[in-house]
Amino acid sequence: MSKEIFEKLTSSIIMGEPEATVEATQEALAAGIEPMDIIRQGLMPGMNVVGEKFSSGEYYLPDLIIAADGMRQAMELLEPELRARHQTLESAGTVVIGTVKGDIHEIGKSLVATMLSANGFKVIDLGVDVPTQKFVDKVKETGADMVGLSALLTTTMTVQREVIQALTVAGIRENVKVIVGGAPVTRGWAKDIGADGFAEDAMGAVAVAKQLMGKG
Amino acid sequence: MPQTIKSIHNPKVRLNILSEAEVRQIHTATLDVMESVGVRFPSHKALDILEAHGAQVDRQTMVAKIPGQLVEEYLAKAPPTYSLSALDPALDLPLDGTYSHLGTDGCGVEIIDAFSGERRMTTKQDVQDVARVADYLEAIAFHWVPISAQDCPPQSRSLHELEAVWSVSKKHVQTETIVNEREMRAAVEMAAMLAGGREALRKRPVLSIMQCTISPLAHDGGSLEAGLVAAEAGLPVGYMTMASCASTGPVTLAGDLVVGNAEVLGALVLMQMAHPGCPVYYAAAQTSTDLRTGAYTGGGPEDFLFGAATNVLADFYKVPLSMGAFATGAKEPDWQAGVDNSLSAFMAVSTLSDMLLGAGLLHGSRILSYEMLLMDSEIWSILQALYQGITVNEETLALDAIREVGPGGSFLAHKHTRRHMRERWQPTLMDRRPYNTWEAKRDGGREWAREKAQQILREYHPEPLEAGLRKELQKMIQRMES
Repeated sequence: MSKEIFEKLTSSIIMGEPEATVEATQEALAAGIEPMDIIRQGLMPGMNVVGEKFSSGEYYLPDLIIAADGMRQAMELLEPELRARHQTLESAGTVVIGTVKGDIHEIGKSLVATMLSANGFKVIDLGVDVPTQKFVDKVKETGADMVGLSALLTTTMTVQREVIQALTVAGIRENVKVIVGGAPVTRGWAKDIGADGFAEDAMGAVAVAKQLMGKG
Repeated sequence: MPQTIKSIHNPKVRLNILSEAEVRQIHTATLDVMESVGVRFPSHKALDILEAHGAQVDRQTMVAKIPGQLVEEYLAKAPPTYSLSALDPALDLPLDGTYSHLGTDGCGVEIIDAFSGERRMTTKQDVQDVARVADYLEAIAFHWVPISAQDCPPQSRSLHELEAVWSVSKKHVQTETIVNEREMRAAVEMAAMLAGGREALRKRPVLSIMQCTISPLAHDGGSLEAGLVAAEAGLPVGYMTMASCASTGPVTLAGDLVVGNAEVLGALVLMQMAHPGCPVYYAAAQTSTDLRTGAYTGGGPEDFLFGAATNVLADFYKVPLSMGAFATGAKEPDWQAGVDNSLSAFMAVSTLSDMLLGAGLLHGSRILSYEMLLMDSEIWSILQALYQGITVNEETLALDAIREVGPGGSFLAHKHTRRHMRERWQPTLMDRRPYNTWEAKRDGGREWAREKAQQILREYHPEPLEAGLRKELQKMIQRMES
């Protein structure tokens, strides 16, 4: 019985059917399967296959995002169950992410957030047009390991420097890694403003984040 | 020698890309989206105008739903033809549906230095240098702000960029880097000063304004408010969609056109509601998202199709089009760049897009390369020859010459040949030398383009803007900064 449900979970992730993933997760919980087993024997094997298919070029980015979305929806059901059992999933790290003040471009930032979550990071997405102080406050509040700053405009990318300076002024720059991205952002710029990491796309951001957490 | 611009005029080669029925279908779908889904206008000023003219406005979401008949009614107020004025009236650019004019690309953040070959961050001096080279090139009809003056304060950077271009060139300037009302007011003052006052500027807009939409189906509040200021002053204003298949637009090309169309029309309708009859234009640079990385791509068959199709839409709405062409995604001026820029320009001109943007930048409009700028000029000269098509008349049928030369003879030294040989295209960067000549140095287009750019930068110093006017521009920027 449980083997059948695990297979259903795995294949729904691989096939990119979040509704089926949610349904199978509910079915598994109703059947009394442990949430940790649902994750480790049902969902994760699916995510691993999706990751392999993406690496080999068979899957495109939308396949990856839909799989991650299925995983996220399943986790929303499973997290209260884990908490009730005093169990926690190991997190790759906590990341506060947002598009800087004055810039309302969302899609690149959200893509990075999705990919980080799918790779085991706890992501706190502050959205777009985020005031500099809000990044600082959120890092303090959550004890985040990393801050991700997105900017699409040449005029707003300078705000990335301001956030880094604000983290320094607040005395927490040493506690947190800063990664920056966005169309006009270059490696040279990242270095110039004292960021710890930079990537040109979402998969690159995951690799940099893992490396900065010492898990790359 | 008087300065000349070589735009493409009345191209003989034309392309059918969308039938009338298909354009209608796209139009109807667009009106459906604008009326039932709406477009986000995150500016109360813009929403007030839309609401006062009959749009259904949600202040919470800032989304306006504009009934189709209103869209059609207000679009009809836009002038179908007008000219982009230049500081030198001889360089004015008619937008009357018979020309394609080429402009530079923008707005890059890095430049490959023409002399050292080093890639570095762009400065105000670079903006001026690139403008000088663009001023020299006959292919370039108007300037975009090609790169960002990153050594200037962000709040006045766009004005420094304008000053840098105006200080060395009398060609028309279309800027895409002013995204708030305050800077736009200052830019209008600067342009008015050069044109000889606000009324003179309205008659001869030496500056036009390009704003970006935020796909899907949204705008930036600052861009809308800046556009309204420009429209009030009579500067031509365009809104550019970059709706990208599979991320900021539907994966299908027709759907992507619908989304982009709704964004652009929404902004143009707003301008016409606020300032009926103000000159506006359609602007677009749609593409397809890279499916492996999610990145913006420059180039590829989808871009080329959009380049041709969008002008059919702009023609349907009877407004000029500023179309993103060239602007390759390649990292170097290489094979990919040549394919991208040739095909995209070919497709955009084939439906007579009024303005083409994109000369000189690499890596999806991020890195300026002088080599690429020179190569793009050469591509333009090829297109120019190509679009002249084949003239058939008594003289070109050359029957007399054929009779005189006869079987087995040679046309090489015939008078008919001499009479017409200057009509044949001549390369400046394509390599047609014998193999052994090439082998001796193994150089080619890139080296020649670089040498030419270096020569222009060293030797070409166009008559600068009168010192008093330049000082006045600088004072205006300082006032805005303080």
